[in-house]
Amino acid sequence: MAAPSEEIEIEETQEEIVPEIRPCKPARSNISDIKNKNKRKKLCIELKRKKRTEKIKEKKDRKKEAKRLGDDAPPKKQPHTIESLREKDETMVDDEDDELEQEEATDTFASYFSKSYVPKVLVTCSDNPHTKSIAFIRELCRMIPNSQPMWRKRSSINKMIKRATANGFTDVVIVNEDKRIPNGLLVVHLPEGPTALFRLSNPKLCKEIHRDHKEISGHRPEVILNNFKTRLGRVVARMLGALFHYEPEFKGRRACTFHNQRDYIFFRHHRYEFKNQERVKLREMGPRFTLRLQWLQQGAFEGDYEWALKRHEMETSRRKFFL
Amino acid sequence: MQSDDITWSIINKTFCSFKIQTKSQRFCRNEFNLTGLCSRSACPLANSQYATIREEKGIIYLYMRTAERAFFPAKQWEKVKLSRNFVKALQQIDENLVFWKKYFRQKCRQRLLKITQYLTRMRKIKLGRQKKLIPIKRKVDLRIKRREEKALVAARIDNAIEKQLLQRLKDGTYERIYNFPQEAFSVRVDGKEEESDIEEEELDDKEEEVETDEDVVGELEKEVLEEERREEMDSDDGEEEDDTDEEREFVADFEESDEEDEDLEDAANRMSLSSEEEEDGDSGDNENEGESDLEREQTKISDSPNKKGSLKRSKPPQVIKRRGRARLEVEYEEPETSTKVKITS
Repeated sequence: MAAPSEEIEIEETQEEIVPEIRPCKPARSNISDIKNKNKRKKLCIELKRKKRTEKIKEKKDRKKEAKRLGDDAPPKKQPHTIESLREKDETMVDDEDDELEQEEATDTFASYFSKSYVPKVLVTCSDNPHTKSIAFIRELCRMIPNSQPMWRKRSSINKMIKRATANGFTDVVIVNEDKRIPNGLLVVHLPEGPTALFRLSNPKLCKEIHRDHKEISGHRPEVILNNFKTRLGRVVARMLGALFHYEPEFKGRRACTFHNQRDYIFFRHHRYEFKNQERVKLREMGPRFTLRLQWLQQGAFEGDYEWALKRHEMETSRRKFFL
Repeated sequence: MQSDDITWSIINKTFCSFKIQTKSQRFCRNEFNLTGLCSRSACPLANSQYATIREEKGIIYLYMRTAERAFFPAKQWEKVKLSRNFVKALQQIDENLVFWKKYFRQKCRQRLLKITQYLTRMRKIKLGRQKKLIPIKRKVDLRIKRREEKALVAARIDNAIEKQLLQRLKDGTYERIYNFPQEAFSVRVDGKEEESDIEEEELDDKEEEVETDEDVVGELEKEVLEEERREEMDSDDGEEEDDTDEEREFVADFEESDEEDEDLEDAANRMSLSSEEEEDGDSGDNENEGESDLEREQTKISDSPNKKGSLKRSKPPQVIKRRGRARLEVEYEEPETSTKVKITS
């Protein structure tokens, strides 16, 4: 209160205009307000250096603390990953869920999991396939036990489905080709089962991994389905698993893996060997490709779309995944 | 009627918004035009008495216009639905255009024919295959590829697979195939050392090896195996060198099943008691398995016979253990009289 009155007095007496004392603002609120590029650059570098030193110091302190506390030390901080920051999906399920079990006991794959039939798979391609597609189909047939490759002969999918059901097939796999390489996979589960279209990318044949296809034995492989967390993911996983025989021959030590990461399903085929109880040695054989689900339809190539990838609506968030 | 000529003289000479001029022909874009060409008799603007055939959503109509109605643009056209039967439709046209110029009747009939033809073709195509072309947008495609690469890095697939397999091993899905004793996983009540457990496991494996080795014939085969396995997998030198000394003695033990090492007396005791039972049970299987495994691995280059017969063959962990000097030494140890020992060392 003294200050303003003083000012006023001074003003009155001296008849000078003294500017009011206002609280000081920092010279700049943001480095980007500086117009001079050189100066801006320097300040920016300084700032970064400062931040870095602070970070290192913090880390050291944390380490010291941890050492000091020993067992009581707080757990190590985990860095953020896209998986850890994933948007919570309502349909995420744990493995043991009563509701889930009940539903899965009555869905279309229940008959597979109750071991009531042996899957018989028909593998085919589009019209006029090129070399790579043909080779890919041959490899697929080597992978999937009890599978049969066939030429397309310009038949429509609906007709194919009818004929396949008549001949006792349980699944149809159609490899779509574009620009001389396979780029799509349509999996139809036959007795009225769901249909799924996948986009296939990075197909690599045995030859390209420098492995001889003759190393693949005829044993039925085990199937490993990793990381399918949501309901939709589970349906897809069961679908892919139902292509293989329900009882693998462990003697063959073959494992086919479908690993889901951020909605990309990576397929690998390995031969494994247990070195001891803590170590496994893997030798990759056979084809390798990645799948990306485009849509899932309820009937055998007809019916409602249970799920479809609509880019605009669904790809706005980088932390949202559906499988 | 009179104004038709005037209209035509204007349209023809100067401008008509429906007219499209090409090098050889003049087309008329008017949707009611009968032939699609711009000519005096076919121009719908220059003929007050006019008739056309048009198709809407698969249904064919006959449109007629007379001079009397020329001044009611909204009610100009009289629309008659034609029968789906082609012959009947033709008759309908003739009925409706009875007193019209021959030109119109003819052209209407021709147009009707064309339209029915293309409609039937459309229906036929629909019944067959319909290929849907989904365009790939370049930028989107690139984005997908980029994300896939990053997802691949984040996935660490091999680790995940190994984890799963080990989990399955623990859960016992491979119970009958692998003989890793479950003791290692459960808490030992006796409070004996863990080392002995590990040695037990190795012993177990080697027991089976011993049995199978009896069936192996020829040194060459073994050498081939050595080479192959060394190429395929790494061997841990450290472990095996340590073990070898002890192993030798154990092998001898198992042959006679009485001698015991001082260091591993307890272990050996346990082994002789429990393992012998196991041996007897598994020996039959293991022998066959081991035999066939060896054959298989030797002849990796040749295909079919092995594959076909391979359904009954197995690859128990003993095979894995063979990779590396220790196992091979064990093999050679067993028939003590042979000179095979020298090869390995």
